[in-house]
Amino acid sequence: MRRRFTPLQFLVHLAGWLPLIVLLLDLWRDTLTANPIQAIEQRTGYTALVFLTLSLACTPLAWWGWKELLQRRKALGLYGFLYAALHVTVFIAVDYGLDLNALIRDVGTKQYILVGAAAFLLLVPLAVTSFEYWMKRLGKNWKRLHRLVYLIVPLIVLHFFWARKGNLWTLSGDVAQPLTFAILVGVLLLLRLGAVKKVLSRLRR
Amino acid sequence: MTSLFQSVPVHPSEITPKHVYLSRRDFIKVAGVLAGSMALAACAPQSLSSDSAPAPADPSLSSKTDELGDPVNSFEDITNYNNYYEFTTDKRGVAQLARDFPTSPWEVEIGGLVRKPGKFGVEDLVKKYPPEERIYRLRCVEAWSMVIPWLGFPLWKLLKDVEPTSDAKYVSFTSIYKPEAMPGQREPWYPWPYREGLRLDEAMHDLTILATGLYGGELPPQNGGGIRLVVPWKYGFKSIKAIVKIELTAEQPPTLWNLIQPNEYGFYANVNPNVDHPRWSQATERRIGEIARRPTLMFNGYAGEVAALYEGMDLRVYY
Repeated sequence: MRRRFTPLQFLVHLAGWLPLIVLLLDLWRDTLTANPIQAIEQRTGYTALVFLTLSLACTPLAWWGWKELLQRRKALGLYGFLYAALHVTVFIAVDYGLDLNALIRDVGTKQYILVGAAAFLLLVPLAVTSFEYWMKRLGKNWKRLHRLVYLIVPLIVLHFFWARKGNLWTLSGDVAQPLTFAILVGVLLLLRLGAVKKVLSRLRR
Repeated sequence: MTSLFQSVPVHPSEITPKHVYLSRRDFIKVAGVLAGSMALAACAPQSLSSDSAPAPADPSLSSKTDELGDPVNSFEDITNYNNYYEFTTDKRGVAQLARDFPTSPWEVEIGGLVRKPGKFGVEDLVKKYPPEERIYRLRCVEAWSMVIPWLGFPLWKLLKDVEPTSDAKYVSFTSIYKPEAMPGQREPWYPWPYREGLRLDEAMHDLTILATGLYGGELPPQNGGGIRLVVPWKYGFKSIKAIVKIELTAEQPPTLWNLIQPNEYGFYANVNPNVDHPRWSQATERRIGEIARRPTLMFNGYAGEVAALYEGMDLRVYY
């Protein structure tokens, strides 16, 4: 039997590729500001965070009854990785022009780059092991490994905070957007705590 | 003895659920289709933009260079890519949001420790102090830079005429506060209005100008019209826009970014590739219009003119 795309599945893949299409169109029409390299970095980074946050939302929403999301979670995560990989590639190859000395100097001294680099390095094994071969091979450890995303997404939110001109501790400056993600991701992670889950399931009954 | 070709039993748990491998195939399928359509899109004709962009008053300026031989940036880039948080944090969105912001008439109040305080209209200032063309590098703390042909007059001329008292040690600048016309000022995260400051000797330096124009014409609202400060050897955020008040003070005045994040934005904020900023690398910068980064120059290339102002000061402490 040939399986068809579900509407949600179609939507996920459309949403996954649309930002890249729009980005390439903007690049081609030269509408990416006077500083296109920075614009590409910001947009791909932002898109990666959006998809990874969406992937975190799947499980809690599935508990509330939207079961199909569990089947879409992986594609959302992979799209997140796609944009993260573009972000990092442009940063290394175009922004820094593969200048290893400058890269090492700045990764070592700029906390926002350090945190972003750590998040990406942790994300790579998750993307690599998304193939069924690794699912089979790793067994129970596959799930354990993929729980790393609970660390990765907060790191990305921190990276976002620090890449903006604001003060995380006093919540002043350009903090509104990163703060929104921090709250969203915070709630999505809190929902996973055993105690919170219990309370919620009692409420549902 | 077991044969090499014996079949290995597969546990049901090891078999990938159908929906998982199917969704990966979908992913790859869509990827293929998109890659193909992008290749096609690349063959389409160039340039869909540039319909009715505002033009510079003096287009011939675009062929000029700064004293180091670097070309002036385009009017389009200068007027469409800048930080102006009173409107938005999106550098590309400023021009649109500032379009109808009224910049004329414009008044500046000068007071504090001066003998001749007063209110001055920009039209009168321009008559009294004829604007000069100054082609300056602007280095943003975010590590991008431009070369901009300003029209303006040296601040010292105005300060001399208002006669600072002997107690005056600093100059404090305040931007307009007009949240109904400036959406960014309606955000609660900033201690508006924007404020900046200079030491009196910095303010009296001939490189320091009050700019009233750009590219041979008026100063567009998005670039800080009616009147703004330009201090080319300091990071761009020191060059405060839309000034309505200038005060001479005895104490170092508070500045907006320093209030928000004192360990990043010092009062001096001199362009200095050797003093690191916790956020952006200050060793290099991207000149708008170029791909590769270039090394940042001490005092943004104005060391010959201004280094003497900071003799004996530890610039790591006074950043």
